[in-house]
Amino acid sequence: MPAVSKGDGMRGLAVFISDIRNCKSKEAEIKRINKELANIRSKFKGDKALDGYSKKKYVCKLLFIFLLGHDIDFGHMEAVNLLSSNKYTEKQIGYLFISVLVNSNSELIRLINNAIKNDLSSRNPTFMCLALHCIANVGSREMAEAFAGEIPRILVAGDTMDSVKQSAALCLLRLYKTSPDLVMMGEWTSRVVHLLNDQHMGVVTAAISLITCLSQKNPDEFKTCVSLAVSRLSRIVSSASTDLQDYTYYFVPAPWLSCKLLRLLQCYPPPEDGAVKGRLVECLETILNKAQEPPKSKKVQHSNAKNAILFEAISLIIHYDSEPNLLVRACNQLGQFLQHRETNLRYLALESMCTLASSEFSHEAVKTHIETVINALKTERDVSVRQRAADLLYAMCDRSNAKQIVAEMLSYLETADYSIREEMVLKVAILAEKYAVDYSWYVDTILNLIRIAGDYVSEEVWYRVIQIVINRDDVQGYAAKTVFEALQAPACHENMVKVGGYILGEFGNLIAGDPRSSPLVQFNLLHSKFHLCSVPTRALLLSAYIKFINLFPETKATIQEVLRCDSQIRNSDVELQQRAVEYLKLSSIASTDVLATVLEEMPPFPERESSILAKLKKKKGPGAVSVTELEDNKREGGELNGASERGPEMAAVAASNASTPSPSADLLGIRSAAPIGGALTSAGSLLVDVFSEAAPTASSAAVNDDGFLSAAPSSEDPAAPLSDADELLNKFVCKNNGVLFENQLLQIGIKSEYRQNLGRMYLFYGNKTSVQFASFSTTVSCPGELQGHILDISTKPVEPLVEGGAQIQQVLNIECLTDFCDAPLLNIKFRYGGALQNLTLKLPVTINKFFQPTEMTSHDFFQRWKQLSQPQQEAQKIFKANNSMDTEVLKAKLLGLGTALLENIDPNPENYVCAGVIQTKSQQIGCLLRLEPNAQAQMYRLTLRCSKDSVSKRLCDLLAEQF
Amino acid sequence: LKLLIRFILIQNRAGKTRLAKWYMQFDDDEKQKLIEEVHAVVTVRDAKHTNFVEFRNFKIIYRRYAGLYFCICVDVTDNNLAYLEGIHNFVEVLNEYFHNVCELDLVFNFYKVYTVVDEMFLAGEIRETSQTKVLKQLLMLQSLE
Repeated sequence: MPAVSKGDGMRGLAVFISDIRNCKSKEAEIKRINKELANIRSKFKGDKALDGYSKKKYVCKLLFIFLLGHDIDFGHMEAVNLLSSNKYTEKQIGYLFISVLVNSNSELIRLINNAIKNDLSSRNPTFMCLALHCIANVGSREMAEAFAGEIPRILVAGDTMDSVKQSAALCLLRLYKTSPDLVMMGEWTSRVVHLLNDQHMGVVTAAISLITCLSQKNPDEFKTCVSLAVSRLSRIVSSASTDLQDYTYYFVPAPWLSCKLLRLLQCYPPPEDGAVKGRLVECLETILNKAQEPPKSKKVQHSNAKNAILFEAISLIIHYDSEPNLLVRACNQLGQFLQHRETNLRYLALESMCTLASSEFSHEAVKTHIETVINALKTERDVSVRQRAADLLYAMCDRSNAKQIVAEMLSYLETADYSIREEMVLKVAILAEKYAVDYSWYVDTILNLIRIAGDYVSEEVWYRVIQIVINRDDVQGYAAKTVFEALQAPACHENMVKVGGYILGEFGNLIAGDPRSSPLVQFNLLHSKFHLCSVPTRALLLSAYIKFINLFPETKATIQEVLRCDSQIRNSDVELQQRAVEYLKLSSIASTDVLATVLEEMPPFPERESSILAKLKKKKGPGAVSVTELEDNKREGGELNGASERGPEMAAVAASNASTPSPSADLLGIRSAAPIGGALTSAGSLLVDVFSEAAPTASSAAVNDDGFLSAAPSSEDPAAPLSDADELLNKFVCKNNGVLFENQLLQIGIKSEYRQNLGRMYLFYGNKTSVQFASFSTTVSCPGELQGHILDISTKPVEPLVEGGAQIQQVLNIECLTDFCDAPLLNIKFRYGGALQNLTLKLPVTINKFFQPTEMTSHDFFQRWKQLSQPQQEAQKIFKANNSMDTEVLKAKLLGLGTALLENIDPNPENYVCAGVIQTKSQQIGCLLRLEPNAQAQMYRLTLRCSKDSVSKRLCDLLAEQF
Repeated sequence: LKLLIRFILIQNRAGKTRLAKWYMQFDDDEKQKLIEEVHAVVTVRDAKHTNFVEFRNFKIIYRRYAGLYFCICVDVTDNNLAYLEGIHNFVEVLNEYFHNVCELDLVFNFYKVYTVVDEMFLAGEIRETSQTKVLKQLLMLQSLE
């Protein structure tokens, strides 16, 4: 084996380095260096021509001095001279000096390029490599201009040595990155791609980097690389650990090349060619299998190399996001790593799982590791690992585990590192809103957030909690009570004071009955914080005070006293002074009635739509969002839609009144909420400064703002019209009546009945405002395949005017011609205050509506079950319970489905079996259903067998959302 | 377009640089700053920590050998373990080449270390991974002295 002794070759250099190392002080070092520089300068200037060795030695000393951190302003010419030496060592020092001390001195560049040119054409592989490395290291525009044409030729020439090819490939890569316009691959493309087949693995290793880079820029031209990469990968993966000799690293065949191949494949979608795809899937499976094999060595190098390939393979699997089996296997493998004793592996597993959590195929599998991840958040010593754990918790959060995850994140915030607090706060706020099913939880969470990490709570977060409290009358009392309690703390964050001031100013009356929180107690509490607050908070508090005067006349004298004092009325801040003066005057001269009107409770804020929807709409024009596009977002669906909780009672009301619909009956429970138009004029002026960007504007659906949460994908606001389209559909699978849609303006109720393959649906459109809706029109359309030959829907046009507070009715007649999956769409357009409102909803017409229940005996049931035993006739899902597993609730749902619920059929009494026939005009489809609850695991297994395959699948999908 | 490796640094515990190989344009002040920052982030970590640190918009993959830290700065999406073993592969080559390499070898033969780097990493990419091939080439070059 080669070995070099210390500083062989250049004794003078070794002596100089030793001298420098022996210097006791910085001054001594500088003195020694200056002495050396003087010496070198005199040698270079001397009359006697220096020999190559001396020149090399002095240039090398200059380089050393430069690397110590000193400026070098001479010697460049001598270095360039070395380039034309015939001796390798001299040339090498010359090139090294040029590479390290690049200087765009144009005269030198020409000389350097000339020397490089000579070396490139020298046919001496060592010199060629030196020249190529210099170009790769410098990579200047001038070099690209000079050599971009020449290097591809060297790369593909048949007689080029392997080592030169390696250098040429990467040299070209460097030039392509600095000057892509100068590198013309055109005629070379195919030959470059075929370097993937080169016998020399080193050539492949280098070339693949070039190909990956070029593929990213020109995917079509390079797409033949996919099949070549797959076959190369396949050969490596299936080789024995010793087959590749020089390229086997700790018993792992060609780990770096494998990673690069897997990375190249990530530039492309899954291969279209079935054979190529099959081969690739086989490779990925082999890689996953190998992870389970006992290690061939105990060395960490062995496991690292093996896992490097594994993680890259998992990246590719996630990139494809189309192989459920591989995704779940990947997840299980990462799950094992979560508890590994190596911190590196735990870290990487958390990181990789984060991306797996966003795939619909592996989301559930990721969720099973929640306890381990929470534990990591609590116990990992390395903050970067804890950060990954927090990221993963955020990624795996959905409505089933939101409470747990938010609680863990909050408790982590108490001790979290400062570097990640702000991000954590945003994450908690987003999750709390997105998955809030009850608002007291949401309010608690945000107030806790302010208490624990007030400095990191941005405006948007506290704006948002106020908006939600104002819009939800069921939480206002709770919010007032909670914020009142939070303000008791001797030191509370200014953000808490802001929220407290606003909420008590609006809803303090809701807790004023309790003597412990009487109006005066509330006021004194708020005012005790006043002097510690900044100007904007004080301004907000002054507004709260004037609201108090309206809410609680008994506080008037006290508050007027406060407003009248010099520190308010003569405050040096103009804003505070103006408020104090105006509020004082207002409270003194206005009558109670006027005061009550001016200081009326804030009207609800217009609900804002999710950023995803806003984006979609922007792209396609308002109202043009097709609901099917939103199906992809169904897992993201928010839970803040209050309407969904109100369903059952409404349905009952609707059912009892629907026969005689009239505006006065208000049969769908349209709330007589303060009309928005009126509220706007009366109360908008006082506190809107806090929400200036979100002040009530007329329409809800049309509001498109860039405020809070718009940066967070998939955030959801209450009653956003389209986002919950699938939720809507799911809501009506097992029932026929209820509120289909509700926003600030409009409420739509439905009542429907079905017999055999026919159905009739009543739609009730209620105008919630006091202002007329003009040009009101509705259109029912059947997307895609439904059109005409699957569902036949007829209706009459509705009246074009809907008066404020009024309700109109529309009847749809539906005929099911054959089975279907998509739901028909209902589009509603109208003008409200001049603005066009446009929304599209899915009509809850699902295939199960055409069920006829079938009673049968146990014997018959199992006989038919067996008859429907072809694999495609069966559809099965195993899923977590989203709702109560109570027997009566389940039974009601299964009956609502339209099938017969059969008793005493299944040997296990816990299980449910149902039977029914779906009636379409063209055929009848027999369906059998079996639902097996596992109360302990909170899971279900649902199996459907139908005489038509597509129906099994559709029913299974529909029903899996119901329990 | 992204370069894979941004730089390779070898530093001792006191923060003295034993090799700095840059694959991106930085001016001299910036280089000095990077060197100091890297030293600050890696030296505070212990064996219980990962071998990866987020660094500005990149990440550092590093491994400590005796008193020396070998650090590679790459894109955040790059394969951590592949670079971690890339470092080890490089260290094994140095070890063979210098017969039980020590810090002083890197000091006195700094110009040879650059050659070893260029054989294994070029233009921010992995050029050659076979220790046998690299050592054979280095031996050949050695004979040209």
